Amino acid sequence: MARSIEIERLSPLAQVYRAGPHGNFEDGVGVALSEPRPGSIVQLAAWPGEERRMIDAIRTVTGLALPDGAGGGVSEGGKAAFGFAPGKFTVVDEKDGLAAAFAKAITPAIGTVTDLSHGRTVIRIEGPEAEWVLAKFFAIDFSLAAFPLGAGRSTTHHDVFAQIQRTGPDRFDVHVFRSFARSFWTALCHGSEEVGYEVA
Amino acid sequence: MLITCPYCGPRDLSEFTYQGDGNRQRPAPNSQDLDAWNAYVYDRQNPAGDHNEIWQHSGGCRIHIRVVRNTLTHAISSAVPVRGHHGGKA
Ligand SMILES: [Zn+2]
Repeated sequence: MARSIEIERLSPLAQVYRAGPHGNFEDGVGVALSEPRPGSIVQLAAWPGEERRMIDAIRTVTGLALPDGAGGGVSEGGKAAFGFAPGKFTVVDEKDGLAAAFAKAITPAIGTVTDLSHGRTVIRIEGPEAEWVLAKFFAIDFSLAAFPLGAGRSTTHHDVFAQIQRTGPDRFDVHVFRSFARSFWTALCHGSEEVGYEVA
Repeated sequence: MLITCPYCGPRDLSEFTYQGDGNRQRPAPNSQDLDAWNAYVYDRQNPAGDHNEIWQHSGGCRIHIRVVRNTLTHAISSAVPVRGHHGGKA
């Protein structure tokens, strides 16, 4: 059994993360940017025909009930899950240990578990201008009607992958490669300057 | 040009990769039928109109998609997952 090891978690954004208000904030802050730093980020992939059992396993392990449909997701109580491709799901928990829990629940007959806790960085953008700012980066529809609460989207920013989950009416969690996080964060800050932004 | 991914919905062309002519019939790996291999590698219908194509949503959900695209207008009349829609043989 895996031994629990105390890990000092380092942020890839440390060198560029400047708390406080920035940009054109005199007339109000359009978006707040932050790094939620979840303890666990796990990707699950069901074999064809095993999607139902995978969704059941997500409910067993996390208590989250995924809605039906492509890209459906849910975010509550420090946990989140969403579909990002047919039979494939990203699951996030503010606590660590999620991959080990899924490794027990998801047998080789159901699918695979990939621990990405150290491979992805989650960047949160929240506020009345969040849709506006994200629309500068990604060619997808961010309106609530097209991108419902809890839903996930797989897309790219300049050919680099991103997964985006709507975790609130005006809040999005953007999952990017850890090695790409500082670049994306810097670009997101530049894109947020015109509406005024606050780094939490 | 937009392609409506069966999983993700309408997305910009830049998220997709063309995977080639969807009409090709690949011979069995151990086939020694040189005419069949020649046809698979070289023969193309090159229509001025609807064309069967394979695309991948490489910048999204990454599934492969069977697309019918009009080569004159870029109008896309069909886009379905390759999985479950293999054409002649399952
Ligand atoms: Zn897709």
